[in-house]
Amino acid sequence: MTDTVSTTITTSPAAPIRPTLSRDDIIMRLSMGAIAIFLIFAIILPLYTMLSKSFENKAGDFIGLQNFAEYFSTPALFLSIFNSLEISIIATFIVLITAFIYGYALTRSCIPLKRFFRLVSLVPLLTPSLLGGISLVYWFGNQGVAKGLLMGEKIYGPIGITIGSSYWVFPHVLMIVITALSITDARLYEAAESLRTSKLKTFFTVTLPGCKYGLISAGFVAFTLIFTDFGVPKVIGGNYNMLATDIYKQVIGQQNFQMGAVVSVVLLIPAIIAFTVDRIVQRKQVALLSARAVPYTPKSDMMRDTVLFLFCLIVAIIILGMVGMAQYAALVKFWPYNLTLTLDNYNFDVMDGGGWDAYYNSIRMGLYTAFFGTIVIFFGAYLVEKGRGFGAGRTALHMIAIIPLAVPGMVLGLAYIFFFNNPANPFNFIYGTMAILVLASVTHFYTVSHLTAVTALKQMDPEFESVSQSLKTPFYKTFSRVTVPVCMPAIFDVSIYLFMNAMTTVSAVVFIYASDTTLASIAVLNMDDAGDIAPAAAMALMIAYTCLAARGIHAVITWQLHKKTQAWRAR
Amino acid sequence: MKIKSFKSGMARWAAGATAGVFAALTVSAALAEDLTVYTAVEAEDLKKYAAKFNESYPDINIKWVRDSTGVVTAKLLAEKNNPQADVVWGLAATSLMLLKAEGMTEGYAPAGVDKLDKKFVDSANPPHWTGMDAWIASVCVNTVEAEAKGLPMPTSWKDLTKPVYAGHVVMPNPNSSGTGFLDVSSWLQMFGEGGGWDFMDGLHKNIAWYTHSGSKPCKQAASGETPIGISFAFRGAKSKAKGAPLEIIIPSEGVGWDMEATAIVKGTKKLAAAQKLVDFTVTMEANEMYNKGYAVVAYPGVAKPVEHYPAGILDAMIDNDFEYAAINRKAILAEWQKRYDSKSEAK
Repeated sequence: MTDTVSTTITTSPAAPIRPTLSRDDIIMRLSMGAIAIFLIFAIILPLYTMLSKSFENKAGDFIGLQNFAEYFSTPALFLSIFNSLEISIIATFIVLITAFIYGYALTRSCIPLKRFFRLVSLVPLLTPSLLGGISLVYWFGNQGVAKGLLMGEKIYGPIGITIGSSYWVFPHVLMIVITALSITDARLYEAAESLRTSKLKTFFTVTLPGCKYGLISAGFVAFTLIFTDFGVPKVIGGNYNMLATDIYKQVIGQQNFQMGAVVSVVLLIPAIIAFTVDRIVQRKQVALLSARAVPYTPKSDMMRDTVLFLFCLIVAIIILGMVGMAQYAALVKFWPYNLTLTLDNYNFDVMDGGGWDAYYNSIRMGLYTAFFGTIVIFFGAYLVEKGRGFGAGRTALHMIAIIPLAVPGMVLGLAYIFFFNNPANPFNFIYGTMAILVLASVTHFYTVSHLTAVTALKQMDPEFESVSQSLKTPFYKTFSRVTVPVCMPAIFDVSIYLFMNAMTTVSAVVFIYASDTTLASIAVLNMDDAGDIAPAAAMALMIAYTCLAARGIHAVITWQLHKKTQAWRAR
Repeated sequence: MKIKSFKSGMARWAAGATAGVFAALTVSAALAEDLTVYTAVEAEDLKKYAAKFNESYPDINIKWVRDSTGVVTAKLLAEKNNPQADVVWGLAATSLMLLKAEGMTEGYAPAGVDKLDKKFVDSANPPHWTGMDAWIASVCVNTVEAEAKGLPMPTSWKDLTKPVYAGHVVMPNPNSSGTGFLDVSSWLQMFGEGGGWDFMDGLHKNIAWYTHSGSKPCKQAASGETPIGISFAFRGAKSKAKGAPLEIIIPSEGVGWDMEATAIVKGTKKLAAAQKLVDFTVTMEANEMYNKGYAVVAYPGVAKPVEHYPAGILDAMIDNDFEYAAINRKAILAEWQKRYDSKSEAK
């Protein structure tokens, strides 16, 4: 239907009427092409070079499905699939329910301390996931202070993985849930109220359907993140084999890239399922924020607010308990035998020479990742969601954008070596530079950012586009004058998300940093490996404080922006 | 109007940021000759190593890429078609043997190599790698926890299979960790094929969990997470120096070991500088430097006792057959996995 609008009618009466592309359409398609090329070089080709190894023997000859046959005839390997599935499903439900209630409290209630709760919810993003694992050991390990709570069960194994995974995935999921909850049309609630619909019924008929799409996306994000993470199971998994730790064993322990590739292929399957379901659900999604929408302002409700406040408080206490314990452990002389407090552990001279350089490198990488990543990801999401024509292409773009979520950082890092370190690759020159680290980080965290952007965009009425189109406004003008300002909160959420993740990521970059581009997060990992837990914690906290500062700046900017660009939301 | 002013602000900011980014991405030119060296040596030692080297060769600038043994080895192999490293200084010899088998190392007899203990030099002529120091398996026992749980001090590997230790022993998974494999291969060499697996069957009954890193069991013993960790002496000595209530036990049957070693990466464009570096790595002063942390070094007569290292460690080192270990690695790991790793639950 929209195509007819952009069609210019040819004047010759004899020639059949053929729709031609307007200038606007051409620019749009070129933009899509550019994003597609970016994604192909950042994701598809590197992954292909890595995953094709699953069909090769050590010498690189094609051997068909032989590796897969070996995989499925080794119980120690393929039984991990069931372990991974079990943990991921349980942890996904825990996280999704928690994040929904927490997000609901933040967006739809009048509880006090909202800003505090919002800040606390980001804490797991502030430090490398390693720190969560360390805390769990301090809390519930054999020397743990709260060991009794486990009633004789061991933290090393499924219990530890479930708690640890839920902890670190929480902010990722919350981001999507909040985006889904924060854009809504108050008129629906007004209508429900005037129809005397009960609150419960309103919740099930207005609130839930409105954010259904976001919730389902969040669920798949949680599932896939947990399914592919190896940090938590490595620290606290004990003997419980997961697919991601199997990749670690194959690649790092045995340098068996071929079997590592086989496990990676197995890991990709849930992403494909996630994509399919995502598509089916999405078809049913209707835009909530019509051009005539009115923003929702929660009214206070004593009962509801108290319950939600207590819930948020408990979650916040758990989160703070996790970092608090790590901080405490970094302040004692020698855990657990000498618990006198000391600041000796903050002696930064103990750190290796790269320490401060690594820290500044990390900040640079975080900023580049946030800057370039946000531009590419949001523009890409816009084209996928609001683009015209080229339907198959847009579906393909969306699908490619989902893939990185299912690729463990380690696999992505190796894929980047194989792809970019090839002298025949025209982009070979970025290997060993900051650029490849930025590219890897953007790619690694592409999916959640993309989904956040899409969730925000999806809730905008397509009428904005149709109106501007009929007014012959080029799409890029609508994009920059309407879409970007309206979505500014989501855009800034994406940028801070990218920044913080780039600061703390380890697995994606551990293979591709060079001597000039050492990173703070890797220094943390290595110092912890070397047994220097104190300086490791100190560096981890430096990262955390930096992220916190960034978050503070982000809050100020968002607030300013809110005044400038979001005033229309209030009536 | 508001939107417009905001937008132009954004545009200016974006332009500035982009310019800054491009300036920052430009690589600055180096003065001295840079040598890219991959290593798994502890980060805090690297500075000392480089400083010592620069005393003799001030115009060669070492650019370190440091990571754990597994990561460095995987990275080197993944970069096989276009190697980035010029020299590998301080990586497990078994990893370098793997690289040699892949044709990734350059044969070179460093000046003075004949002075080193033969055990520490590749048998090829010219040798492809030269050893630095030995990295010896041992058992870390937390004395506080052992006492609290009433565990007797083990003195041999076989002791560890006694029922009294059930659930109190942690060791590295040989599928994840080179140290774990070193243990397994040494048991198979010491006790024979059948005896070795029988021993491990017994040991498996007592294992609380397997770790993915070789140093972890000793670290967990140091913090009391487990009373007994099978790890290596270097890590134990370090933890002990930090105040951990550890006893480092050298089992009476003998202990497996590997060495840290050096090799030139084939195809390096800086062969002359690389050779200078390798010449330095086999000198007496370099070995004295290794001796700061490692009790056994390649240069005979150099080694002084290192604090916290158990006595008699040199005599306990088995006559490690690296070739046996390398050839049978895949089969050993598969067998190990079948026996002990196919059950997901802890025992």
